[in-house]
Amino acid sequence: MTEIQIPSSIRNLEQVQSVRTPIRMEYTFTPGVAAQTYLREFGNKKILGNVSPVDGAILVPPRGADPRYGVLCDEFVEMPHTGHVGSFCVTNVPIPGRELELPYISAWIFLDGADIGFLNLVAECPPEECRIGMRVEAVWKPDDEIGMTAENILYWRPTGEPDLPFDEAGVRGWHVRKHGDSDA
Amino acid sequence: MYESMVTAMRKVAVVAASSRQEEKMLDTEVEMMIPLISKVREETGLNQTEIGFTCSGSSDFLAGQAFSFVMTLDAVGPVPPISESHVEMDGAWALYETWVKFQMGAIDTALVYSYGKPSPGSLQDVLSTQLDPYYIAPLWPDAHSIAALQARHLLEQDEISHEDLANCAVRAGTVQSQEEYFDQPMLADPLRQADCPTYADGGVAMILAAEGKAEELCERPAWITGIDHRIDSHHFGVRDLSAIPSAKKAASKAGVYDAGIDLAELHTSYTVHDILLRKELNLPLDPTRSSKNHPIKAETLMASGLLRIAEAARAIWEQEANRVLAHATSGPLMQQNLMCVLSGEKG
Repeated sequence: MTEIQIPSSIRNLEQVQSVRTPIRMEYTFTPGVAAQTYLREFGNKKILGNVSPVDGAILVPPRGADPRYGVLCDEFVEMPHTGHVGSFCVTNVPIPGRELELPYISAWIFLDGADIGFLNLVAECPPEECRIGMRVEAVWKPDDEIGMTAENILYWRPTGEPDLPFDEAGVRGWHVRKHGDSDA
Repeated sequence: MYESMVTAMRKVAVVAASSRQEEKMLDTEVEMMIPLISKVREETGLNQTEIGFTCSGSSDFLAGQAFSFVMTLDAVGPVPPISESHVEMDGAWALYETWVKFQMGAIDTALVYSYGKPSPGSLQDVLSTQLDPYYIAPLWPDAHSIAALQARHLLEQDEISHEDLANCAVRAGTVQSQEEYFDQPMLADPLRQADCPTYADGGVAMILAAEGKAEELCERPAWITGIDHRIDSHHFGVRDLSAIPSAKKAASKAGVYDAGIDLAELHTSYTVHDILLRKELNLPLDPTRSSKNHPIKAETLMASGLLRIAEAARAIWEQEANRVLAHATSGPLMQQNLMCVLSGEKG
């Protein structure tokens, strides 16, 4: 390696280890048709899904597209506030930006009738009792705190109803219902 | 003098293209791209499973979110899994990557698309972030001012004149007359508004196909007879601002001078760049045929270059031209340049 020659005037100073050039840019986000419609109704405590024009699959939350086929989805359907746990994870480390009691359960929630799941919290349930197929319902924020935000639902709690059979839960349910025993 | 590389390469053609530009779009990138991608697939009768490779170009800095191109794959439909790639550059470079994939013999068809939605952010700030992060970007110089630095340099050297700028603005359609041009106040002296781009949200989608397949998909395929891209230094201090060596070199390598050009679709979003590039490429300053959709009037970052290639292909499909140069640029002051020659003849 080449020896760096430092001018004598600065020879005894501490060497620069890093340079910081902070950058801040602001954006006015445009959510698009689907997210706008979804968030407006979410602010009325309604959960909307998109209906795929290809095979009728119900996609929650709606993104305006069936991402499997790259087609626009402009049909909406109102969803129930109940579903099941498709899969879950018990976390023992804190999450930046959120104050959650440890350990907490993050789960892939499948609403009744929905063909894809979404990530959310499960609570009022000891971690050792959480299981795939467990039936859950939404616990909403108090009405005066509801807005057009994904934070409206605090968490999902067990309903105590009988579990969905393991083979019909979550992503497996998707393949069973849509493709039967085919290898798709 | 020049040595073009076009002779022994596999023949690839642009067979379908679709685009959309608006000054401010409320659709998401996915909502914007689905109709464009659907249209080119329908036109060619190809579904996604029949397309060998999909490649896109876009920028997270425009979208304001990380890995934004992954979300836009919702507009493609990667089920079953597709062969896919992305460049954080104008879509013309996605086309180049795709062209290389064709040369490898790996594919017979491809989908190329790119898009940019500058309207949610402050584009002048976004453009500053592409500059040298230690010495230049922290000063936040805006793109118009940097273009004006170059224009001043060229004017003082008598390389260009104010008349040239005015004539170019009239040709590009940002003003109706020289009088109107000179009536405009300076925006970034010596540049006026008519010298600078109007930015637009937009996107473009395109299908490419190799010889043997292209003829099935398109009545008159626009054959890529040469393509090359070169880069100059990012450092303004080591660049001669009165020349664009990367553009000249890319043009030679792409075989631009092997025969006459009927039309040049240049990705020049400032009058001063249009004039300088024409001089560098020995193209006339007052061409008899000019782009119908000059990028200075609707500059869509990440898509304008690919759109030039789409416009060039359109001219061939509609038999308005037989040999067209399409150019794309990226980076500050035309730092990177791609030249693509399209022809109605397979060659």
